[in-house]
Amino acid sequence: MDDFLVSLVSIAFHGAAYGMVLYVISVGLSVTMGLMGFANLAHGVFAMAGGYVMISAMSSLGLPYPVALLVAFIAIAVVSLVLEMLLYSRLYGAGELDQVLFTIGLIFISVALARLAYGTLQQPVMLPDYLRGQFSMLGRDFPAFRVFLIAVSAVIVAGLWFGVERTSWGAMLRAAVDNRGMAQSVGINTRRLFMVTFAAGSGLAGLGGALGAEIIAIQPIYPFANLAYFLIVVSVGGMGTLRGPFVAALLIGITDTACKYWLPEFGAFLIYATTVGILLWRPAGLFGRTN
Amino acid sequence: MKSIRTLLTLLMAGAIGLFHAQAFAQTIKIGVINTYSGPNASLGDIMDKGMKLYMKQNEKRLPPGVKIELVIRDDGGANPDKAKQLAQELIVRDKVQILTGLIWTPNAAAIAPLATEAKLPVVIMNAGTSSITTMSPYFARVSFTLWQSSFPTGTWAAKKYKRAYIAVSDFGPGIDAENAFEKAFRDGGGEIVGKVRIPLANPDFVPFIQRAKDAKPEVLFAFIPAGPQATQIMKAYNDLGLAKSGVKFIGPGDLTPDDELPNMGDAPLGVYTVHHYSAASTRPANKSFIAAWKKEYGEKSTPSFMSVGAWDGMDAIYQLIIDQKGKIDGDQSMISLRGYKNANSPRGPISIDPLTRDIVQNEYLREVRKVGGKLANVEIETVATAIKDPWKEINKK
Amino acid sequence: MGNLHAGGYSANAALRWQESLPWLVAIAAFFLLPEFLNLGARILIFILFALSLDLIVGYAGIVTLGHAAFFGLGAYTAGILSARAGINDPLIQLVASGVTAGLLGVVTGAIILRTRGLALMMLTLAIGSICLEVANKASSLTGGADGLAGITIAPVLGQFRFDLYGKTSYLYCLAILFVCWWFVRRLVYSPFGASLAGIRENNLRMHAIGAPVYLRMLAVYAISAALAGFAGALLTQTSQFVGLNVVSFELSGEMLVMLILGGVGRIYGAFAGPAVYMIAQDQLAKQFPEYWYLGIGSLLVIVVLFAKGGVLGLVDRMVSRIGKGRRS
Repeated sequence: MDDFLVSLVSIAFHGAAYGMVLYVISVGLSVTMGLMGFANLAHGVFAMAGGYVMISAMSSLGLPYPVALLVAFIAIAVVSLVLEMLLYSRLYGAGELDQVLFTIGLIFISVALARLAYGTLQQPVMLPDYLRGQFSMLGRDFPAFRVFLIAVSAVIVAGLWFGVERTSWGAMLRAAVDNRGMAQSVGINTRRLFMVTFAAGSGLAGLGGALGAEIIAIQPIYPFANLAYFLIVVSVGGMGTLRGPFVAALLIGITDTACKYWLPEFGAFLIYATTVGILLWRPAGLFGRTN
Repeated sequence: MKSIRTLLTLLMAGAIGLFHAQAFAQTIKIGVINTYSGPNASLGDIMDKGMKLYMKQNEKRLPPGVKIELVIRDDGGANPDKAKQLAQELIVRDKVQILTGLIWTPNAAAIAPLATEAKLPVVIMNAGTSSITTMSPYFARVSFTLWQSSFPTGTWAAKKYKRAYIAVSDFGPGIDAENAFEKAFRDGGGEIVGKVRIPLANPDFVPFIQRAKDAKPEVLFAFIPAGPQATQIMKAYNDLGLAKSGVKFIGPGDLTPDDELPNMGDAPLGVYTVHHYSAASTRPANKSFIAAWKKEYGEKSTPSFMSVGAWDGMDAIYQLIIDQKGKIDGDQSMISLRGYKNANSPRGPISIDPLTRDIVQNEYLREVRKVGGKLANVEIETVATAIKDPWKEINKK
Repeated sequence: MGNLHAGGYSANAALRWQESLPWLVAIAAFFLLPEFLNLGARILIFILFALSLDLIVGYAGIVTLGHAAFFGLGAYTAGILSARAGINDPLIQLVASGVTAGLLGVVTGAIILRTRGLALMMLTLAIGSICLEVANKASSLTGGADGLAGITIAPVLGQFRFDLYGKTSYLYCLAILFVCWWFVRRLVYSPFGASLAGIRENNLRMHAIGAPVYLRMLAVYAISAALAGFAGALLTQTSQFVGLNVVSFELSGEMLVMLILGGVGRIYGAFAGPAVYMIAQDQLAKQFPEYWYLGIGSLLVIVVLFAKGGVLGLVDRMVSRIGKGRRS
């Protein structure tokens, strides 16, 4: 029984760390899909780019780790803003197939660029000393870095909720998600709202990619290799909400870890099976609105 | 890009050779299938360096008028379908006379029927699943088998520890490593408290290693493909504080490849591995090999056991070319390979078993220590001398 | 996607002379390029795969990210029959592969075709991923990550052995592709094809006129799955090996890309796409793997933004421009 408890704690802890990273990366995708109905398969590109920016900022510019994380967020937000204005905005009204192809094209390009710039090797992350080693809690040792990961993600989640629920920007955003036409007609500049939201969401993905570099290795195939998980978080959680993807990300993080821990012979089978089940039961996701 | 440059260099070297050679100069085409892209691109690169170093050092050994052209192809990783297609093209379009390289077991397995049909001698420079050499009579291996390293690891570990946990990558070589270690460890009276097979494409080792830790073994035996994954699993071992809770980490040398050690920090200090080659070995043949390597590729570059596999593979290929005076015939080549011996390889004395066409070599126990401020696999003792592949020996009886 | 050659009642089902072009090219290639027949056979296989994908993407309007599941099941069925059951006859394997893949199409289609949009796309992705996991884990059957080796294929019709140079492979694949093409063409120009076009263009109206939308979709999904299964079996038979990559998400994505580059919803897009893509890849990607994906990615973005309809769409526009030039 004691052993069982021990493993339960392990799974909850590692699963939470993984889930939190998934959430920070995917929440932007959920909002853009809910808001603009845009199936951005290339969302993982922003996460990967965030990882690379952080690694370069540390190794070439010698910036300390927290600053490098911030740089990753800002750089990716800015780049995504440019992409939004130049490319994405042209396809808001387009069909699903066009969006899928366009974003797969973006993935191909980014994979190639990443290879050219960084080579094919996984990039090592040099964590500062205070994040290495173990952190003792309740008589157990936890890797310090993952404790940090959970804490930082929790702060981000709290910030997001405050931003969406308590600020006027958040109110406009919620209004636009609920009814775009109505929001426009009461004078909300939805175009600008989209741009800002897209940039913020992509920036968060960049930050998530940088934060999670130890868990989801930064390498050129990143946007392909992890696409399924990001999409599952969004579709299982439900688009256009903050809460849905959060629950879904934790669910996936913990299930995935539990599978690796207890049932490694099943691999990711359970994750996908659960996804199928949930989507059949609620096609709009757990917290998505069915209309 | 790298492969074009390689090709150009070789073509140029070939052109210069042609200039010197007599009118009846002849070119032997050697197909090389290795990994130059994808997450394991570094492996193809470090093997290329081994091959080229050998060719540079031994230019004069070839019979007069014979030159060698490498036709290099990228399989992108464990990608059997692709490897098979490349081999087919190398045979049909490029008309290569010898095929070599082959980092991955699945890729080698996929081309076995082709080698048999085309009577094409294939010198396997890396892939380490025991059964590969049984798949085609035209396969010969100069690298290693996982049984060769993991079986002695088990025998040695059973003398020191009683409870072991096994974690291996879920593909041919991993399963070989698991079976070999488990058999030897149990035969020696040890107990396996748990084991796990980790998917080959795996982003995060922590949950698997956490599970190993929670099973409270005295020793954790692990195999993963030597390369970036080695660094990742070492990181997980360190992050979870297994050393602190008294769990020893051991495995075949793939766990601490010489070229990955610099990426690992101090985590692998005190890790024991058994393998056929360490760059830190003090054998004279190895010292001159390392010196030549550093001279060619710079102080920072370190060869790994894969480079040595490539280096020795080229030696075997040169031998078969010399034996046949440059006229390559499939069956004659195999006769030559079956009798291949080198008492002075960087890894010590090696030969190819005439019966199984598989490598015979020594296995050394090594510990990761700091030598001159850098991590190195320091050879402590020879745990097996001139060991044949134990899997084939056991299954023979 | 308005101006598709959607078939149906309004379209002229008679063969046009242009439709013989792919076959003439294929036969000429057999005699002129004997060193490239292995590549040629692969191209023919992927054309068949693309054709099956075109049925559901182009004609039924279902965006799928998991079509490799059917291709992979076909490939594994043929491989397992030979390596595990000793059934080496290529035609028996082919039929079996079509049946298993078709059945998987019926079962999964029955479950997922009630949804639409993102949920449907995700379901295809998830089911594809499940198939990959199963293939990976059932290693006693499939060989897992090591791949399935030890496949022997008996001569076609007891006469034509699969040779190293790919002559048999090439002609065999060409024959199967021809039969499947004939079938797809008939299907598309039938009333059934017309109702598919209706579903794609206006789903609600088709419901309103009382068409059995769900059953029609299910039927086309299953047919497409079976065709993909055939293609998978051909790959196994010509390469005598099955690797996990036949069920991968990357394959589904790459296939979609090939089809789109060729042109969706017009049968011959499925011919042009894989042919152009794979020949270019064969010639360019070996030397420039990085630039290859950069090029393909850019091309995709450009096609979506500026050149809808892919290669054949461009040809159409060029032809119509020349036509206009003549008239004026």
